[in-house]
Amino acid sequence: MALLRAEHVTHYFGGLCAVSDFNLDLEQGELVGIIGPNGAGKTTVFNLITGVYKASEGSIQLNGQELVGRKPNAITQMGIARTFQNIRLFKDLTVMDNVRIAYYNGLKYSPWESLLHIGRYRAQEELYTNKALDLLEFFKLDQFADELAKNLPYGSQRRLEIARALATGPKLLLLDEPAAGMNPREIEQLMEFILWIRKEFSLTILLIEHQMRLVMGICERLKVLDFGATIAEGLPAEIRANPKVLEAYLGEGGDQ
Amino acid sequence: MIMDNTPSSTSTPVSKGHALLERWKMRWDRIANNRKIFPIVLAVGFILSILVPKFGLVNEYVQLVIIYIGINIILTTSLNLINGYMGEFSVGHAGFMAVGAYVSAIFTTKLLPENLEAIYFPLVVLAGGIGAALIGLLVSVPSFKTRGDYLAIVTLAFNMIVKSVIENIEVIGGPRGIPGIAKLTTLPWTFFWTVLAILVIRNFVYSNYGRGVQAIREDEIASDLMGVNTNRVKLLAFTLSSFFAGVAGALFAHVLQFISPKVFDIIKSTDVLIMVYLGGIGSITGSILGATVYTVLLEVLRPFGMWRMVLMPLMLVLLMIFRPRGIMGLREFRWLIPGFDLYALKYWRAKKEVSHGTPAS
Ligand SMILES: Nc1ncnc2c1ncn2[C@@H]1O[C@H](COP(=O)(O)OP(=O)(O)OP(=O)(O)O)[C@@H](O)[C@H]1O
Ligand SMILES: [Mg+2]
Repeated sequence: MALLRAEHVTHYFGGLCAVSDFNLDLEQGELVGIIGPNGAGKTTVFNLITGVYKASEGSIQLNGQELVGRKPNAITQMGIARTFQNIRLFKDLTVMDNVRIAYYNGLKYSPWESLLHIGRYRAQEELYTNKALDLLEFFKLDQFADELAKNLPYGSQRRLEIARALATGPKLLLLDEPAAGMNPREIEQLMEFILWIRKEFSLTILLIEHQMRLVMGICERLKVLDFGATIAEGLPAEIRANPKVLEAYLGEGGDQ
Repeated sequence: MIMDNTPSSTSTPVSKGHALLERWKMRWDRIANNRKIFPIVLAVGFILSILVPKFGLVNEYVQLVIIYIGINIILTTSLNLINGYMGEFSVGHAGFMAVGAYVSAIFTTKLLPENLEAIYFPLVVLAGGIGAALIGLLVSVPSFKTRGDYLAIVTLAFNMIVKSVIENIEVIGGPRGIPGIAKLTTLPWTFFWTVLAILVIRNFVYSNYGRGVQAIREDEIASDLMGVNTNRVKLLAFTLSSFFAGVAGALFAHVLQFISPKVFDIIKSTDVLIMVYLGGIGSITGSILGATVYTVLLEVLRPFGMWRMVLMPLMLVLLMIFRPRGIMGLREFRWLIPGFDLYALKYWRAKKEVSHGTPAS
């Protein structure tokens, strides 16, 4: 059975059809890319999967369980985590707290225990603070543990967003333009990094990217969106040669 | 989060006065960093709160001002949980205060026999808090769907509803209010409830739920997507905040000895708002500071009569221009940070020292 299955997913913003008849089968451990010109509906697909928007039509399932209609935190708890196109860290909180917030569902103690700092409070906080530090160390961010997230260099902020997403304990990771604002050398490192976390955390990854170099380099399969519709899908090599895809991108280039 | 001890600007010429200042600053830093002093301060404070009224160490008026400072600290800290830590804009705090004040005053004036009032007073205050907390729980429901300006209007409406409901219940005095309430709010009880409010709200802020509250301030959608059950966290925050507003209301009723709906109007809510933004959002230290400074200033400026009402808002305007987050915005005095939460910092420092091979100096 597919880990994630989207069937006939369609979404309207008022009269605008942002996503139409989107279908996807993601197998455990796959790394799939979504590409397409600006405004194609890629981010909207992520927002539909994670419950930010409720799909107007269609069904999205994780391990056979329906996601449409659930709240984002419930979907996250089921094992889907994401990053954002424009970094959305908790800017005025420490790097440490950014990660600990993502452990929200891991920490098990009651409100009463939190008010009085009794019972399981201490042991749980200790456990998850250590987990957070280990995770930060893994991402070479531990030296920033006490720094406010907004004071981190750009690249580290991007990494922290991924670390924070992983703290929720996902099976499926959604990356929205992880290479945005990076130079070719950084992109090269990012590609290795993505493959490495996939192995270390046994993840399935779905990513959106404009950087062809990254997409062609690491994705096993691609889907191409244009004006909400899926215009092509297949192996990177096939997509590269697909005339429809070239047209969509060139058309966009011609407009600018 | 942690108050930084950065040395003052070095561009000023080193004079004798400057050196003295530096010495004092170092001494202060040492005190601020020694967390063991905190329990001692609490114990001394509590003993003083008993001794002061017993031996009349300061006059009645000063004692009264101290009680008001305590009540205002409870109000400010509890409102800061919503307006500072959660980043919402609640403008109806006096509404919760009214519920606490009325519930407790009904107990002491109507239900309890006079000779038992003093013994049951802590339970009466607790009842006031619980009454307000139940209402707070209700008010949190609109916050699930509504944010920002709209939620502010909801809380404003709530404040007005409480006032008109009380005005229309004749059994509890209607618009005339409840007179002749016994003066049960003593200095030791004020001290006890103030410390309790500070510590419990502090504990909440430094917990899984409290971090959720702060995440909502930073980015509600992102916090939802990181798994934070935002509705649950909001409900807890509103309930806790209104509980302590109710406690403050109960204490207030039993020091003022007379309550009426007019006491708990929007002006009272505005007072609390000013204290929160003066002291600093998202800071318990700031709330203590804001409540103290504001209460004392009001008394000091009393001779100015009406001008006081011009000076205070003017101060707020200047503050918003030059220091929009208040005196202590988003910073905390070390004594108030749970020891465990400093652990991360210590761990990181220890590691850094090891990796750089520099001995701790
Ligand atoms: N909340 C919203 N309300 C109305 N329209 C929206 C909303 N979000 C997105 N849209 C519209 O839906 C379309 C798809 O947007 P989306 O953000 O999914 O594109 P994208 O493929 O991620 O583009 P980009 O590469 O620029 O990130 C766009 O036309 C956009 O203007
Ligand atoms: Mg996008």
